[in-house]
Amino acid sequence: MSNPDAGLAGLGVLAGLSAAHRDLVTRAAVAVRLGAGERLFREGTPAEGCWLIHGGCVALDLTVPGRGQVVIQTLGPGDVLGWSWLIPPYEWHFGAITTRETTAAKLDTGQLRRLASEDPQFGYALALTMFQACAQRLQATRARLLDLYRSPHDQY
Amino acid sequence: MAAPEIAQPVVLTRPGLDRLVDVLIADGYLVVGPTVRDNAIVLAELDSADALPAGWGVDTGPGYYRLRERPDAAVFAHSAGAGSWKQFLHPPRRQLWSADAGGGFQPAEPASPRYAFLGVRGCDLASIGILGRVLGEGAHPDGAFARTRQALFVVAVNCTEPGGVCFCASMGTGPAAGPGYDLALTERLDDSGHWFLAEAGTTEGTRILAEVPHRSASVAEKEGARAEVSAAAQRMGREMPAVDLPALIRESVASAHWEDVASRCLTCANCTMVCPTCFCTTTEDVSDLTGDHTERWQRWASCFELDFSYVHGGSVRQSGASRYRQWFSHKLGTWHEQFGSSGCVGCGRCIAWCPVGIDITAEAARLADLAGLANPAAGAGTGDQDE
Amino acid sequence: MTSTDAARAATAEPMLPVPYRVAGRAAETHDSVTLTLEPAATPLPPFQPGQFTMLAVPGIGEAAISVSGDPAARDGQLVQTIRAVGAVTQALCEAPPGRVIGVRGPFGTTWDLPSATGRDLVIVAGGVGLAPLRPVVLGALAARRSYRRVCLVAGARRPAEFLFRGELDAWSGRPDLEVELTIDQPAAGWDGQVGFVTEPLARLPIDPGRTIAFLCGPEPMIRFSAQVLLRRGVPAGDIRVSLERNMKCGVGLCGHCQLGPILVCRDGPVVAYPLAAPLLTIREL
Repeated sequence: MSNPDAGLAGLGVLAGLSAAHRDLVTRAAVAVRLGAGERLFREGTPAEGCWLIHGGCVALDLTVPGRGQVVIQTLGPGDVLGWSWLIPPYEWHFGAITTRETTAAKLDTGQLRRLASEDPQFGYALALTMFQACAQRLQATRARLLDLYRSPHDQY
Repeated sequence: MAAPEIAQPVVLTRPGLDRLVDVLIADGYLVVGPTVRDNAIVLAELDSADALPAGWGVDTGPGYYRLRERPDAAVFAHSAGAGSWKQFLHPPRRQLWSADAGGGFQPAEPASPRYAFLGVRGCDLASIGILGRVLGEGAHPDGAFARTRQALFVVAVNCTEPGGVCFCASMGTGPAAGPGYDLALTERLDDSGHWFLAEAGTTEGTRILAEVPHRSASVAEKEGARAEVSAAAQRMGREMPAVDLPALIRESVASAHWEDVASRCLTCANCTMVCPTCFCTTTEDVSDLTGDHTERWQRWASCFELDFSYVHGGSVRQSGASRYRQWFSHKLGTWHEQFGSSGCVGCGRCIAWCPVGIDITAEAARLADLAGLANPAAGAGTGDQDE
Repeated sequence: MTSTDAARAATAEPMLPVPYRVAGRAAETHDSVTLTLEPAATPLPPFQPGQFTMLAVPGIGEAAISVSGDPAARDGQLVQTIRAVGAVTQALCEAPPGRVIGVRGPFGTTWDLPSATGRDLVIVAGGVGLAPLRPVVLGALAARRSYRRVCLVAGARRPAEFLFRGELDAWSGRPDLEVELTIDQPAAGWDGQVGFVTEPLARLPIDPGRTIAFLCGPEPMIRFSAQVLLRRGVPAGDIRVSLERNMKCGVGLCGHCQLGPILVCRDGPVVAYPLAAPLLTIREL
């Protein structure tokens, strides 16, 4: 499982972890290279896996009748993809598909959950890491919710 | 401008004042001074010194202004009325330009009257200086203002009759008129009669004074006049707290006190209209029915107007509290950063002409109290001084 | 025009417009237009990136509009991008070629691009905030070797609401310019990024000690973007922002554009972030 080529050290999202904790994550990681248009997961399916994106672009999407697959968000280098594995019911809320060739470190989330339950200190540090990513995503989403570039004439 | 020759103070008789007005008019000046109209002392063009408010004084207080008959015939023994010299230097409404279809933009006819202001108190002289820094001395001076001010002749009056809302002494602008006058008068009524101590501040002042009958003043006359002006400083109806106002205002930006003022403030803008330094303007276009001839006019505006701060989508300052805070903070605080001085001269007009009697000195004192700052003004009325 | 002439013009009558004729009109979005104006009489002094003019439609009024043209152009033309948000801007957007527009300016502070020589440029634009930043991009490209990396992050509501869309696409293809376009609202047919401008900004490789950032857009967008840069270690003093307030004169005479201690027309529109930051979070300032 261990993959020294996953290159996690450069990922800002893990910067808050201690060296020992980062090492635990590194040992659960495997480097992946994904082609453009490759689906990582679908909405409503069991949530397994977490991707720390190195390069490329991944779209989070969902099906809206009449609108097809709607892309609600895109992720890129430095971003964390997937946190539904951390919380019940362990199901993907949105789908994910690469929009171009993408490189990432894929984490074995079963292993991480097990390590976290065995070592609550690691579990807390891991949860904080995920929460930080989540909070930043939420802040950006709230900023979008403001619809700041709206014209005063826009009725919609 | 040549260095002014400062002549020794001289004595002008009451008929000498009449002569001064005649000399100014004969010299081509449009003399503007105080006169009684509609139960108030207003500033208007004067044909002669006969129009001065001889024998009239005023009683002022928060939201209060009444003419009062005096037992003497003093002409300058009244504090500020609703009008200020601003209305002549920076008129309430003026045309900026006109345009005709296909043509360019024609500047409005430059109306730059040669004014002589008669009876400018220290507070108001300071306000002319402040307006000058805002409108006349920036990178893009207002041409009409600058021309009018350039041609201006100022007959200042050292104040011996401060009113109930006056606080110039605590703003450092009076009661003695500061620099910037051509002539300064101190009105005296004593055993020797009704006379004026006159001093020239510029060569133009000296030139005009030379045409008016006068005699040199005795030491006693000079000292008596100065003593009375100094004594006036102790008779101010109000006092601005002696605290660092810009710092107090920066600290008070989120104070709940703005809501308290807003619960009384009608956002009517009276304070900004009567303030001798409030300079804000807006523009409006007018056109004829065909739309071929258009004119742009400038008129006074007020930060109390809701649309004053409009940016597309809405106004920045919607609440009354934010609009009062803006006026107060600008006047006493941020004016320093913007134009290098306070925007308040202590004339008290905003207090007298506020329909609900909001008092800028009392609000400043309350903010200082709330900020836990020592407020020397609090005990000033009683004369008690802690040693 | 010599600098003496310019100085004379500045002192003469700052409220008197100079006539310019609409020479070109290009629709940018459903509510934004770029006008090319040519002098009908004596031209105004050349502008610097970041400055604005007051554009007047006789009989309707006047509005402060950023200059969006190429700062290197010396043809005397003025290029300005206008969004129709009120009566004056609507009339400007509808002005056909040949129509005479009154122009005053250029006014205000500049982005001061030359002072960023040798640095990485991070340019962040939200909505029509791209208009006053276009001259920065053009200026940087014209002296490309004077700067290290040049990154443009631009956000819009929807793909059709980007200004200068054709130019953005051309810029995206350049090897010497990193362009990140992102939209706020999911849109069919868009295969680019979806997210607030702060997201691609947070993903950019940034060398905090060598970066100068230029931000323009709605105030919350400026604040959020600045926070990302500060988090990335960029010193506040290396972040420049462009502000907007109501303006009637543009020259510090009318009092409308006060933002606490500053007059946006005179001390701005471009200010250093340490000056702006404490002012932008005060309610109704």
